[in-house]
Amino acid sequence: MSEKNVSENIIELVNIRKEFDDNVALKNLNLNVRRNEFLTLLGPSGCGKTTTLRMIAGFEQPTSGQILCNGKCINDVPPYLRPLNTVFQRYALFPHMSIYENIAFGLRLKKKPEAYIKERVKAMLNLVNLNGFEKRSIESLSGGQQQRIAIARALVSEPEVLLLDEPLGALDLKMRQGMQMELKDMQRRLGITFIYVTHDQEEALTMSDTIVLINEGEIQQKGTPEDIYNEPKNAFVADFIGESNIIDGVMLRDYSVHFSGATFPCVDKGFGEDNPVEVVVRPEDVQLVEKEKGQISGVVQSVVFLGVHYEMHVLCDHGIDWLVHSTAMSPVGSEVGICVTPENIHIMEKSCKKETVDEVEA
Amino acid sequence: MKKKWLSYPYMIWMAIFIVVPMALVLYYAFTVRDGEAVRFSLANFQKFCQPVYLKVALRSIMLAFYCTIGCFLLGYPLAMILASKEYVQKRMLLLLLILPMWMNILLRTYAWMTLLEKNGLINTFLGNFGLGPYQFLYTDIAVVLGMIYNFLPFMVLPIYSVLVKMDHSLIEAAEDLGAGRLTVFRKVTFPLSIPGVMSGVVMVFMPAVSTFIISRLLGGGQFSLIGNLIEQQFLWVGDWHFGSALSIVMMILILISTAILNHYDKDHDNEGVGGLW
Repeated sequence: MSEKNVSENIIELVNIRKEFDDNVALKNLNLNVRRNEFLTLLGPSGCGKTTTLRMIAGFEQPTSGQILCNGKCINDVPPYLRPLNTVFQRYALFPHMSIYENIAFGLRLKKKPEAYIKERVKAMLNLVNLNGFEKRSIESLSGGQQQRIAIARALVSEPEVLLLDEPLGALDLKMRQGMQMELKDMQRRLGITFIYVTHDQEEALTMSDTIVLINEGEIQQKGTPEDIYNEPKNAFVADFIGESNIIDGVMLRDYSVHFSGATFPCVDKGFGEDNPVEVVVRPEDVQLVEKEKGQISGVVQSVVFLGVHYEMHVLCDHGIDWLVHSTAMSPVGSEVGICVTPENIHIMEKSCKKETVDEVEA
Repeated sequence: MKKKWLSYPYMIWMAIFIVVPMALVLYYAFTVRDGEAVRFSLANFQKFCQPVYLKVALRSIMLAFYCTIGCFLLGYPLAMILASKEYVQKRMLLLLLILPMWMNILLRTYAWMTLLEKNGLINTFLGNFGLGPYQFLYTDIAVVLGMIYNFLPFMVLPIYSVLVKMDHSLIEAAEDLGAGRLTVFRKVTFPLSIPGVMSGVVMVFMPAVSTFIISRLLGGGQFSLIGNLIEQQFLWVGDWHFGSALSIVMMILILISTAILNHYDKDHDNEGVGGLW
């Protein structure tokens, strides 16, 4: 069993705790990273995701717990001996070196022959689509190009794991989307494990094989993007990953839930009978129909055009405000009916994070 | 543009205290007094080319050079300690470094005299171990020591300010790519701090090459540096013409040395050395 573990998990964090002075950044974190997967650490700023990455890289020491790489504890291994490389948020390219020297840096330290270095640098520049940039200086590059060089520099010594600390944070939206695709493509082609830190949920959903959602130093949920989006474990996850309607309800029995003044059929079971729960409905899953045909009815309060769709707030009985995304517009003040199909109703255990729920409903 | 008149006081100040004296120095340097008349001449510069004066100039440069090297060797580690994140007591250390600068240079140098004297502290201390007494005072070593002591802060502060502003992620990036602590220093920290080192070198070399108080007090009367020579010409000999010519030679010396440094440092755009031009 343990042998299988060694081959499958390239990085393992075991009971990691990290304290800075008197505040706790991470509480008992356990995480396995499989070989060749694209794993994203996602969470709001200050949640501990960057600290986690920095500990894997070796720039921070855990207060307690173990970091394993290929099954061996690397707690005491300094950063320069770890078989992983980092792409920094602000690129951290060496301003006193040419692009060639920047990329060659890691290979030179390994005392590789010059011909090999030259070939590798060329291959790396080709990989990041910057052929012929060898002689250029760092300052002459745009932010996006600098980030590509940073990626090339980190990949040149063929690390087993590439750590990326919000690498696209400083780029504009258009460039960010292009780079997301390129990074994902690169990861697939090279077959290297990527551990990616971001606070951007869209980025995480687009690129990752696995998302680890962290908040306040604890893992909230780990799963595929689909799992996390469709089956959020708690209100924080539902709220952080896209917009949601999170409504208090009561699970009457299996496959039947009562909320917003009506009883809805659903696909969930195992929550007991007459048990208070939270119901998550994504705004794009809410169908607006004629008043009489809806499961419940309400009055449109506001309409905002967002390009692809309209965002509408519909106030229903019991004072519940529904957020609706739809390509069809219903004018402000019109009475509409609301329908939700059973598979689009997600039931969660009542969480103690009451304030998150209030925020959404307010 | 509108409030141009605000700059007038400064321009007047500069005219009176910089332009006029410079013009006077130039005038005196290129003239000699011929009885009652004053005429243009290069005689002052010819006089300087005599071996006895060239030797003085060379001495000044050598001692200033040793002082600069000494300041660099002492100052760089100090600047690193000050700039490091781990060292908590850096405020105290910075204060200790700057504190002597609040005192008059004459006083500070006199203090060194009492330390280095035959019956001074250092010889007394060495005497306890049956060593000495050694002749420290009135030697080259004493002059260089005095210079290093007086000018060390000018080396430490520019290096410190470059190091403290340096992006820490560059160091982490180098470590991440496989560089140990020494390699990080050799390949990243030091090359990036060169602008600071350069301005430190200029800021130490310039006052060191032109000092006359330190060499007079610690070097005694027997050695004179170019600064002493100038002082002598103006205050004792009364030959303002030769004194001015010497001042111009020294200015040229300083200009050449900064130009060499600047040339060497061309790759780095920096405020430090460039700002001195």
